[in-house]
Amino acid sequence: MLRKCLAIAALGLALAGGPALAAGSQKEPRTVAWSFNGPFGKFDRAQLQRGFKVYREVCAACHSMGLMSFRNLGQKGGPFYDPKYPNPNDNPYVKTIAKDFETSEIDQETGDIVKRPATPADRFPNPYPNEAAARAGNGGALPPDFSTLSKARMGGPDYIYSLLSGYSTPPAGLEVPSGQYYNPYMLGDVSAFWKGEGHAPPGGFIAMPPQLAAGKVTFDDDTKSTIDQQARDVAAFMTWASEPKMEERKAFGVGAMIYLLILAGLLYVSYKRIWRNVAH
Amino acid sequence: MSGHSNYIPKTGFERWLDTRLPIARLAYDSLVDFPTPKNLNYWYTFGGILALCLGIQLVTGIVLAMHYVPHVDHAFASVERIMRDVNYGWLIRYMHSNGASMFFIAVYAHMFRGLYYGSYKAPRELLWILGCVIYLLMMATAFMGYVLPWGQMSFHGAVVITNLFGALPLIGQSITTWLWGGFAVDNATLNRFFSLHYLMPFMIAGVVILHVWALHVTGNNNPTGVHVQSKADTVPFHPYYTVKDGFAIALFMLMFAAFVFFTPNALGHPDNYIPANPLVTPAHIVPEWYFLPFYAILRAVPDKLMGVLLMFGAIAVLFILPWLDTSRVRSLRYRPTTRMYFFIFVVACLVLGFCGGRLPDDYVIPGLKTFQLLDADLNSMVWLSRFATAYYFAYFLIILPVMGLTENPLSQPKSISEPVLSHSAALPVGAAASPEKRG
Amino acid sequence: MADSVTGANPEHGADGDDPSRRDFIHIAAGVAALGAAATVAWPVVDQMNPAGDTLALASVEFDLTKVQLGQSVTIKWRGKPLFIRHRTGAEIAAAIKDDKAALRDPATDEVRHKPGKAEWLVLIGTCTHLGCVPTFGGGDYGGWFCPCHGSHYDTSGRIRKGPAPTNLEVPDYAFLSDTVVKVG
Repeated sequence: MLRKCLAIAALGLALAGGPALAAGSQKEPRTVAWSFNGPFGKFDRAQLQRGFKVYREVCAACHSMGLMSFRNLGQKGGPFYDPKYPNPNDNPYVKTIAKDFETSEIDQETGDIVKRPATPADRFPNPYPNEAAARAGNGGALPPDFSTLSKARMGGPDYIYSLLSGYSTPPAGLEVPSGQYYNPYMLGDVSAFWKGEGHAPPGGFIAMPPQLAAGKVTFDDDTKSTIDQQARDVAAFMTWASEPKMEERKAFGVGAMIYLLILAGLLYVSYKRIWRNVAH
Repeated sequence: MSGHSNYIPKTGFERWLDTRLPIARLAYDSLVDFPTPKNLNYWYTFGGILALCLGIQLVTGIVLAMHYVPHVDHAFASVERIMRDVNYGWLIRYMHSNGASMFFIAVYAHMFRGLYYGSYKAPRELLWILGCVIYLLMMATAFMGYVLPWGQMSFHGAVVITNLFGALPLIGQSITTWLWGGFAVDNATLNRFFSLHYLMPFMIAGVVILHVWALHVTGNNNPTGVHVQSKADTVPFHPYYTVKDGFAIALFMLMFAAFVFFTPNALGHPDNYIPANPLVTPAHIVPEWYFLPFYAILRAVPDKLMGVLLMFGAIAVLFILPWLDTSRVRSLRYRPTTRMYFFIFVVACLVLGFCGGRLPDDYVIPGLKTFQLLDADLNSMVWLSRFATAYYFAYFLIILPVMGLTENPLSQPKSISEPVLSHSAALPVGAAASPEKRG
Repeated sequence: MADSVTGANPEHGADGDDPSRRDFIHIAAGVAALGAAATVAWPVVDQMNPAGDTLALASVEFDLTKVQLGQSVTIKWRGKPLFIRHRTGAEIAAAIKDDKAALRDPATDEVRHKPGKAEWLVLIGTCTHLGCVPTFGGGDYGGWFCPCHGSHYDTSGRIRKGPAPTNLEVPDYAFLSDTVVKVG
């Protein structure tokens, strides 16, 4: 009986494959040994800080992160957490970062919309006032919000890292429409634009041009600022932004699993003892 | 209830309560003293696991409702606020979303157990039907719950499923408009789904009470399918099965914790972390994994109305199962041929689930193009779905009725204790008894 | 009750029939199960405590240069009105003079402001009677007047006349610099 069940389960697992990709293809994302992988994974604080710098200097011009507040940067697990300031609103570094951003508010005397320096309690401001402006500024495409982007893509940080560092010259025979850029890691179907021989290349067209360049962002900890490094760091930062509670979740989980194993053991012995005298 | 009550109130308070509202007596008779067959195996622990799952979903759901905002402009952000700002909100949300999957894992195990051991046969037909009602309510609850985060899959899944009703002739479009509360899935739909999602688990709880009541009237079935003949066949529910269920629950919680803490989004779809956009359809709309077999059946049929009818028919056929199975023998342990068909049925269900997650035109064996049969290649997911759907219905409508009449079953033991007693003299105390115990 | 040994073999005594040892494991298992339940129960309770975004607005910084001499400004803090008043010398003197008067809720003016900062009064703008917002400058004592039931507060925010039982509450605040206060 047990053997049959295991066989059925194995069959089920064998059949459960990956996503169906007939209507589009993409190159498999390159895997990275992230510091936060695995049940004991933790974010690398220095990496998060570098990633934030990349966001600040490269991405924030077009991409909002509207569900994050500046205070999140200073909370436990965040890039600028300081144990001296358990309330991130008091964290002086966070206050300084916030002040560099401008957020809108209504002037109580005139009723006009004015800009003021942000405080830690404020959300990250949207670079555009509304969706129409965002599209107008980006050739009709809407730069996605970063708050949940790492969770919203298959492959998560691996995908983001591969995409950002994976722009390549399109193979000869591929007609790239104007305003678009070829990226082999982007999910898409380029067969309609493929004039070459054989199968169309994997990947698709993305409206975002390659953003990272060697040395574009100077890292404060003197890490070499290659495209690869910038892509890794911003992908890690975006993963933290999508899941700021990841470290807490995994730590709780390790404790919970150990406790449940002990509980299961105790219950098993209890069960065996109770049933000892009953032939069953 | 079967049998007389052995409850003796000991304290003054217990006596006072017993003469006014005998709930202590009820609890004692149902959960402590209740005579339960002593040969129940671990497949029988899923009932207790399901009760716990319902409790977990209720508690986590009520807590989430304290923070969730059921408005199209705020729903997505309110869920993210729960994940980030509400104390332990991430834990409660992940427990609720993964708890739904756990609930379905347990209910499928529970249902397959019932199919295998003939627990739906007389006198337990109503018990089985109540279980089917619970299953239907669970599916409705889960569907509406998945819409609430208002992600891309939430929205477009709601669009697809509510559009199904449009297939019904004449009244279809009116029903769909009535469900939507407008001309499309929008705020009105979200609000009413929230209200109904909050309501239905309490309906489930009510039907569960009826389900357990019906069980206690007839008594449990057991792996031999032979009814309880004497006290020697049973043990009191407490402590024997409270502890066995407790152990099984601890193991189940280990699996639950592995999902909640380490891969909380594995059973979901990344597209649901994209806020809903009515103007952009995701590349592959898929329901949650527990609906995939029905989704496969729906897409197997080229005609929209027939697909809808067959999909609902797949659930409806469960309701009449007690009358389809003609065999006098309950447990498939003693029906070797039917047992083989049953295992193929389980495989068919898994295959349907697998197909439900794929595109209909995907190749089953990659790269192998065969020939066009009607509307699709033979080596396509849609044809695999069709074969599996055919087997699914054949199992209930042809195999079970015919096998009951034609199969020569193995001889059943005379009682539950008999296979144990006949070997017990040769074995040490408490050891596993006969080989009959397995399977 | 428990050991229905019908049909089973009698004990060979191999394991030792020690009742206390048998009970311990059940108690241990039961306690462990309760511990698991308590671990799950705490988050269910704690989630009702103020969430991160609520706590973020728990303290507010205010630039005092916005308040002219003799004026009072009302801002929202923790969902309630907060009065920040820039007192004139005359108002301070009037408040000190009444330190010895018959006060329902006795308090000297000195304890109601920060040392050396007598010109700045920071008070929660909720009448201690039934919660209305008092108006600035009204009433018989030049402080505030609550229109709901006629409570009069003086220039130190102390209740002088009317049904309110206690003085306007002074919140927890601190001067971060000469021109910036942090409340809460």
